[in-house]
Amino acid sequence: MNTSLNWIKEYVPDLNCTAQEYTDAMTLSGTKVEGYECLAEDLEKIVVGKILSIDKHPDADKLVICQVDIGQSAPIQIVTGAPNVVVNALVPVVLDGGKVACDHDRKRVPGGVKIKKGKLRGVESNGMMCSIDELGSSHDYYPEAPEDGIYLFPENAGVKPGDDAVKALGLDDVTHEYEITSNRVDCYATIGIAREAAATFGKEFKFPVIKETGNNEKASDYIKVTIKDEKLCPRYIARVVKNVKIGPSPTWMQRRLKGVGIRPINNIVDITNYVMEEFGQPMHAYDLSTIEGNEIIVRTAADGEKFTTLDGREHELSSDILMICDGKKPVGVAGIMGGENSMITDSVKTVLFEAACFDGTNIRLSSKKLGMRTDASGKFEKGLDPNTALLAVNRACQLMEELNAGEVVGGMVDVYPQVRTGNEVEFNPERINKLLGTSIDKDTMIKYFEKIELEYDEKKNVIKVPSWRQDVHCMADLAEEVARFYGYDKIPTTIPDGESTIGGFNPRQIVYANAKNAARFNGFSEAMCFSFESPKVFDKLLIPENSELRQAIIISNPLGEDYSIMRTISLNGILSSLALNYAHRNKEVSLFEMANVYLPHELPLKDLPEERMKLTLGTYGSGDFFTLKGSVVDILTEAGVREEARFTATKELPFLHPGRAAVITCGKKDIGFMGEVHPIVLSNYGIKEKVYVAVIDMLNVAELSDYDIKFKGLAKFPAITRDLSLLTRKDVTCGQIEECIKKNGGEYLESIELFDVYEGERIMAGFKSLAYSIAFRAKDKTLEDTIVNERMDKIIKELKNLGAELRQ
Amino acid sequence: MKEKLKELRENAIKQIKESENLDKLNEARVTFLGKKGELTAMLKSMKDLSEEERPIFGQLVNETREAIEKLIDETKKNLENKELMYKLEKEEIDVTLPGKKIKVGAKHPCSLALEEVERIFGGMGYEIVEGPEIEKDYYNFEALNIPANHPAKDEQDTFYINSDIVLRTQTSPVQIRTMETRPLPLRMISPGRVFRSDEIDATHSPSFHQIEGLIVDKNVTLADLKGTLELFAKELFGADTKVKFRPHHFPFTEPSAEMDVSCFKCHGKGCRFCKGSGWIEILGCGMVHPNVLRMCNIDPDEYSAFAFGVGLERIALLKYEIDDLRLLYENDDRFLKQFK
Repeated sequence: MNTSLNWIKEYVPDLNCTAQEYTDAMTLSGTKVEGYECLAEDLEKIVVGKILSIDKHPDADKLVICQVDIGQSAPIQIVTGAPNVVVNALVPVVLDGGKVACDHDRKRVPGGVKIKKGKLRGVESNGMMCSIDELGSSHDYYPEAPEDGIYLFPENAGVKPGDDAVKALGLDDVTHEYEITSNRVDCYATIGIAREAAATFGKEFKFPVIKETGNNEKASDYIKVTIKDEKLCPRYIARVVKNVKIGPSPTWMQRRLKGVGIRPINNIVDITNYVMEEFGQPMHAYDLSTIEGNEIIVRTAADGEKFTTLDGREHELSSDILMICDGKKPVGVAGIMGGENSMITDSVKTVLFEAACFDGTNIRLSSKKLGMRTDASGKFEKGLDPNTALLAVNRACQLMEELNAGEVVGGMVDVYPQVRTGNEVEFNPERINKLLGTSIDKDTMIKYFEKIELEYDEKKNVIKVPSWRQDVHCMADLAEEVARFYGYDKIPTTIPDGESTIGGFNPRQIVYANAKNAARFNGFSEAMCFSFESPKVFDKLLIPENSELRQAIIISNPLGEDYSIMRTISLNGILSSLALNYAHRNKEVSLFEMANVYLPHELPLKDLPEERMKLTLGTYGSGDFFTLKGSVVDILTEAGVREEARFTATKELPFLHPGRAAVITCGKKDIGFMGEVHPIVLSNYGIKEKVYVAVIDMLNVAELSDYDIKFKGLAKFPAITRDLSLLTRKDVTCGQIEECIKKNGGEYLESIELFDVYEGERIMAGFKSLAYSIAFRAKDKTLEDTIVNERMDKIIKELKNLGAELRQ
Repeated sequence: MKEKLKELRENAIKQIKESENLDKLNEARVTFLGKKGELTAMLKSMKDLSEEERPIFGQLVNETREAIEKLIDETKKNLENKELMYKLEKEEIDVTLPGKKIKVGAKHPCSLALEEVERIFGGMGYEIVEGPEIEKDYYNFEALNIPANHPAKDEQDTFYINSDIVLRTQTSPVQIRTMETRPLPLRMISPGRVFRSDEIDATHSPSFHQIEGLIVDKNVTLADLKGTLELFAKELFGADTKVKFRPHHFPFTEPSAEMDVSCFKCHGKGCRFCKGSGWIEILGCGMVHPNVLRMCNIDPDEYSAFAFGVGLERIALLKYEIDDLRLLYENDDRFLKQFK
């Protein structure tokens, strides 16, 4: 929404503030100004000049020397190259030391272009005559201006030498741009903003005088109106203007429209635009001669019905689209755009003005459906006050008359089955103060209400809300009106007292936070990836067609296929991020992400899916499987998992190296998996280095987590440590050996530590050597060698059965 | 004999003093004080002396021994000290060489900012609550006073799964879920992912984070809202931060406001960062709409509530002066490493 400050001042004549003061004050009272443009910015010392004489330049063919009357005792001399100067023409002249907005190439220069007197080819020149572009506007807004050359004031402009040319051109205006919130439909109109401005600055608000004009004929003799769907069209007013004379609108109207950025077209279009800006009520004008049967019927379209709008586009309609029809055919899409078949042309004789009110939601949906968003639909979809239609149609007819654009036919056809009245809200000043934390007295509140035409009915103790303020329903709404005119800045700042609450994190959140910290201290940086991704991800990760992982939730209106499914597996985010780092030639990158995957209980989705928090780790450039495994173990410990995690080799994870992958379990709980990424997957991501990943299910981790720590006492008796050097076949795993040691170690076994693994030339092919340090300790006595020896013998015997022998 | 002893003493002193290391000193000790040393020899020769002379001479020998021992001890200490000094000198290192680092990862700037916010509100007794990211239309819209076909539903560019289930467009539904289930009074913040169908560019992302805040109690006022959020802004952006509340509109709060903070780059003078205004828009807030309270079975005549919502990315971008939102989701190590 834009307004012209000069236009606002027409309704608030005492308004006296700078553009910035206006911006600040309006924003603080709730009408947010996004920005403003001073049309006269960078225009300085520009007056109306009259060309008295034109002489040839002695040394330049393309230049002429003008004597220009600028309303002072003596004319000034200006040299110009403009082709269109003539004697007696009135032109804008920028004087020595003044400024214009644009350079000769019509390019806006920040801060303006300073004009100084000087010599042009040896002849003194004391200023510059300006084109409309140099004044920061264009031919579009000033159709009388030549495309090329100096702006010449029209004869009827009523200006004389020495006048302020900026004012004479109407460039002394400011366009303010607003962010109007959806509840304030009334502020999509200059009149609504003016009402707010008057209230904000405490000035008088002068509503324009609107009369129902017209001759002594009756509009109802020209047209009949029937509304078939009163819900979708609560009101329809038709008025008729005959003997229409199409022509340009007067300068003052053009100025107003220019001030809000609308190009003047002709008197009829300009009038409807003017009224739409003024009251926020879109209108439509039909050529009455095209309306068959002298009647208007408002009805919904038939499915499949075809209709061509005045922009020449043909649309296929459906039964939820509201149409304006005559006795035989549709003539317009209600509230969106008129039809080609009834549009105004230069030969129009009689015009039918329509001012109607349509259901906002219906217009919004229809406009979406037809792919047509017009100024009119933009206003209607907010849900207009049907009472404004009357003001608007009368205003338009009044302007037709004042502008001498036609003869207004008396009366109107107004179909308004259910008159909309304003709300009444109980007035309870104590509760308003209690909500705001203020102590504003009742009379002050009433004064605020009156400023915006909310009336206090003392008898009923209610505030009567005008019909254009459908957003005011309840005490809280009244409180907001009080607050914004009292001033949000004046409302005190306090801290809630009330009962104290504990606050902070729950145990699960603490587990997540600790796991994240542990990941960081293991060298992983935190990444954030999108929750939605491409269905192609499954192929990239070699996930088989029948895998449950492919049962992903699909977004019905995604940004594109690449963001169309909710991830069921978290790997793609980290792998894509590693790929980006790899492409950027970053060495040694380790990333983690803590985020959800989304697992549907059934598809199509009937209920909310399960959201499972996953900690995903990915690394390349340093370390190996076991480095990552160490990190995983550390993270689990920090996450409070007391029980030792088991890593079991797996070939079931298609995206991992089949010989270097493990599932992680803890007791009976599935904790996740880890491993080296499959080389084909890596090539799918364009990474030419080994990548190791781990995915940990944080919900299960949180369930296992236990931070209830108890001190076990310090060992009082010495430990006995035995080293064990084993030679075994490669396929015997470390896990098996350790399990065997644990099983046979007896009650005094304290710890097993692997301190060396060797495979290579010094031992038989297909074998490996493992060296363990095994500690025994008793809580209550010093262990005797014999006990330990017995145990070690048992361990060695059992290991032999497993295929691991003492290394000789 | 006396002369001999004197001579021995002088020789010993000379040799000890000349000892340049501990070995030489030991040699000297053996030479003079050893079992076969000169002083021992001299003691042995005492038997040739008369009864009277013997004790006198014995005393002299002892004096000499003590003197020599003392000197040896001193010299030893000196030499040891010297040797240590020499050793330490050889051990000199270039302390300007870089330290050996344990590889530690970085926090994501969003997490960094979130932790700040959680710290501030956690300290004020707000619990941290989470809610589903895939949400029912009812919680995301209807319960927040945004009925079907409300224009606000379009404004938020919602991703739909189907007509009943959406990707939540705001963290506000967590307010509803919490009010429905928790005893009052209630203070909570709820950070989390939200989704809107905006194309990705320097200032937009279809996936971002919000932090919702809510307090429900018997006498919560707009003044409390102002006070709380001013405190928050000062904690987050610095004690000299000023705040400004502007009236605004949200369907689920009434009265509603937007809060601006004074630009922390130019301190309100106006710069490129704040587009010349001196202020930066930071969050939306308001008194929870009575309709919303009612829908959660809370009596608006008994309880009042305020709520606020703030964009986490916005805070991170502003606080850490990041100029492109896309950087937050690329996870470039060179970017992340700057937030350690």
